Amino acid sequence: MTYEHHDYDVLIIGAGGAGLRAAIEAKQRGLKVGIVTKSLLGKAHTVMAEGGMAAAMGNVYPEDNWMVHFRDTMRGGKYLNNYRMAELHAKEAPARVLELEQWGALFDRTKDGKILQRDFGGHRYARLAHVGDRTGLELIRTLQQKVVSMGTDVFMECKILKLVHDDQGKVAGCVAYRRPTGEFITFGAKAIILATGGAGKSWKFTSNSWEGTGDGHAMALWAGAKLIDMECIQFHPTGMVWPLSVRGLLVTEGVRGDGGVLRNSEGKRFMFDYVAPMFRAETAESEEEADKWYDDHTAGRRPPELLPRDEVARAINAEVKAGRGTPHGGVYLDIASRRSAEFIRRRLPSMYHQFMELAGVDITTESMEIGPTCHYIMGGVQVVADTAATAAPGLFAAGEVAGGMHGANRLGGNSLSDLIVFGKRAGAGAAEYIEAGDVAGPMNRDQIDAAVAEALAPFDREAGENPYDIQRDLQEMMQANVGIIRTQSELDYARGQLDTFTERVKNIKVKGGRAYNPGWNLATDLPAMITVCKAVTIGAILRKESRGGHTREDFPGADPEFGKFNFAHSTNGGNWDSEIVTAESPLLPMPEELKALLEEEK
Amino acid sequence: MAEVTMRVWRGDANGGDFENYTVAQNEGEVVLDVIHRIQATEAPDLACRWNCKAGKCGSCAAEINGKPRLMCMTRMDTLPEGPVTVTPMKTFPIIRDLVTDVSFNFAQAEKVPALLPPPMPENGYVMFQEDVQRGQEFRKCIECFMCQDVCHVIRDHEGNKQHYAGPRFFIRYAELEMHPLDTNDRRDLIREDMGLGYCNITKCCTEVCPEHIKITDNAIIPLKERVVDAHYDPVAWLGRKIRRKTKRSASDAAVQPAP
Repeated sequence: MTYEHHDYDVLIIGAGGAGLRAAIEAKQRGLKVGIVTKSLLGKAHTVMAEGGMAAAMGNVYPEDNWMVHFRDTMRGGKYLNNYRMAELHAKEAPARVLELEQWGALFDRTKDGKILQRDFGGHRYARLAHVGDRTGLELIRTLQQKVVSMGTDVFMECKILKLVHDDQGKVAGCVAYRRPTGEFITFGAKAIILATGGAGKSWKFTSNSWEGTGDGHAMALWAGAKLIDMECIQFHPTGMVWPLSVRGLLVTEGVRGDGGVLRNSEGKRFMFDYVAPMFRAETAESEEEADKWYDDHTAGRRPPELLPRDEVARAINAEVKAGRGTPHGGVYLDIASRRSAEFIRRRLPSMYHQFMELAGVDITTESMEIGPTCHYIMGGVQVVADTAATAAPGLFAAGEVAGGMHGANRLGGNSLSDLIVFGKRAGAGAAEYIEAGDVAGPMNRDQIDAAVAEALAPFDREAGENPYDIQRDLQEMMQANVGIIRTQSELDYARGQLDTFTERVKNIKVKGGRAYNPGWNLATDLPAMITVCKAVTIGAILRKESRGGHTREDFPGADPEFGKFNFAHSTNGGNWDSEIVTAESPLLPMPEELKALLEEEK
Repeated sequence: MAEVTMRVWRGDANGGDFENYTVAQNEGEVVLDVIHRIQATEAPDLACRWNCKAGKCGSCAAEINGKPRLMCMTRMDTLPEGPVTVTPMKTFPIIRDLVTDVSFNFAQAEKVPALLPPPMPENGYVMFQEDVQRGQEFRKCIECFMCQDVCHVIRDHEGNKQHYAGPRFFIRYAELEMHPLDTNDRRDLIREDMGLGYCNITKCCTEVCPEHIKITDNAIIPLKERVVDAHYDPVAWLGRKIRRKTKRSASDAAVQPAP
């Protein structure tokens, strides 16, 4: 069989913020660039980001600088971060935000005409450049329009199935299929950048779209790269809980940054009861003190509603468990009693719209019912901070698919800035790798044929299972056993179940033809979803402590010994059902001057 | 649990027909929930686009009871009793079932001459909220393309697609023309190649916009005035007669200075 084939210097998988930013960089370096996305251009998950992108520009608080941002990021990540990524991110984010305006972005402004910055959890100063509550849309549209104006090849609705090596084991290309026709297509590339986003679709209550299946995480693992910190999953504290059909849909942290507070069914502003010792020195002790802070950050300490996301999510969980939840099992997020209707509509237009249309709730007069929802995976492909290179030669990774930047917990606003900082670095890293000249040869034909045969197998079976049933059961199993609060027995059970799911996937029967068949597409997603779930569960079993986005009921405290390394996963064999091998990977040693930044504030 | 009958168009470029599915419906559900239930049970190969299911990505546009809507933002309990009809957007060629070939729009996007700003000062550009606000309204666009779908200039006259950009791109042009930093001039392009004159202000686009962008009032009409001013101003007309103004074509203007 011969397939449609294209060759590029750099092939970018994923057209969200990181992928598009990487494409711009590689194009500007004169390379031939192709972008492949499984949706239409401009629909990637980046559009859902609401609150803003964190960059220490100091437009609102001149006291802000990269050192404070670095410290906030490391503290938020419970020091499990790749310090070098956090350092580069804090230093480079302001320039990456500013350049977006050259390409057409229109951020909200300060009175003196600079980019306005807003408060978010875990950030010491108001630091998030934003456009109302649709900052992700602004980012993706700006980058999309720039990429289009540069004349870049974009393959839309084209799903990558597997990365392919050359005969020396370098990453040399990939196999994909075009969703509208179901025809296979191959790409040869000197370098491939994974920018595939997250993996949250394997949980039942999630803010992730159908795309968040972890394909990039899984393909990297199969291709010889390593995954780290997979147990660290962020449950965003404020997802909608009602109606059921929108359960998980996000309510931006900007609501809290702009004055919204959390209350339990007794009307109590409960977050004051959940301030961990690490954050006590800088968190307000009373409502009076907290309320002064919104207008002047020097008049009082921060409201506890703006603690990092992992802290807030655990607190909400505890209130609901103690029987002080709302009728639909969440807590109340109240901005109506605290800000004027006009203010709310201007600052939070999408939230107003979302609650009005989907829940019939007017957030200018009523409280929102919210609860934790699976949102973001801190874990991902282990990369070299400066170049985004993975352990698989020729393969790079940026954005949510990459691990290390956020440690055990990501601060809100650090994701959009992560995309543009490391998207650019991945583009540059790939370009330098190509310039060095030692690139892959032709793709191994057997690997291509095997990937195609695997993709087609669900059509050929006489009988078998509906992929939607497997996906639903997987989501329920992961939600119940590898959710926000974890314990050994449930994790062991989940690990066993995942082997059963592996067998079920081998028995999928797909109905219908190959052209735009969502059932078939799901069948090709499931191997990646199960691979990622296995890595998450193994990491969660091994990490016998609680840290950031990994909370163990049976090991409630952080253990300093576990703060010295990441769990790094690789496979024995490179197939989706190959055994996953896990080892401890020591954290990079931090230079003294950076350590001093963290010490000062402790 | 209530039940509902959905009449869903199934087929491809070679033709198709409605199929009826009777499925469960829960409180608070939107049309997309019910379509997903059909996929998960009776018809796993039912093709539909969706991404965010939150009204932010614009992927799931379809015609619900004949009207362009986002399936993820249309609550079932707001629709009249009886079967709900779901069809693909009419203006674009069918790929399969509810999925259409919207490449017309991406081709239009390629024709837009990019923003051409002055070099950036070291600490960034200074722009004021009043100046960015107009453009921000248009940048709320989620590219669902329902305004394109409903615009009769191309809905009823396929041939007009050759020389008509459509409402989505008129707001894009308006945004660029009103951008505080832009130095590009697209007025001739908009008049001659993008077919702004074909729009006769019936406001169908504004009515369907899920972002409530005032497409006609705030973008198309000011754009028409701007283009007309440029073209029919007698002084400018005389100027052009004497010295043919250099026109920036889309491809020239799309070349950006090296950053």
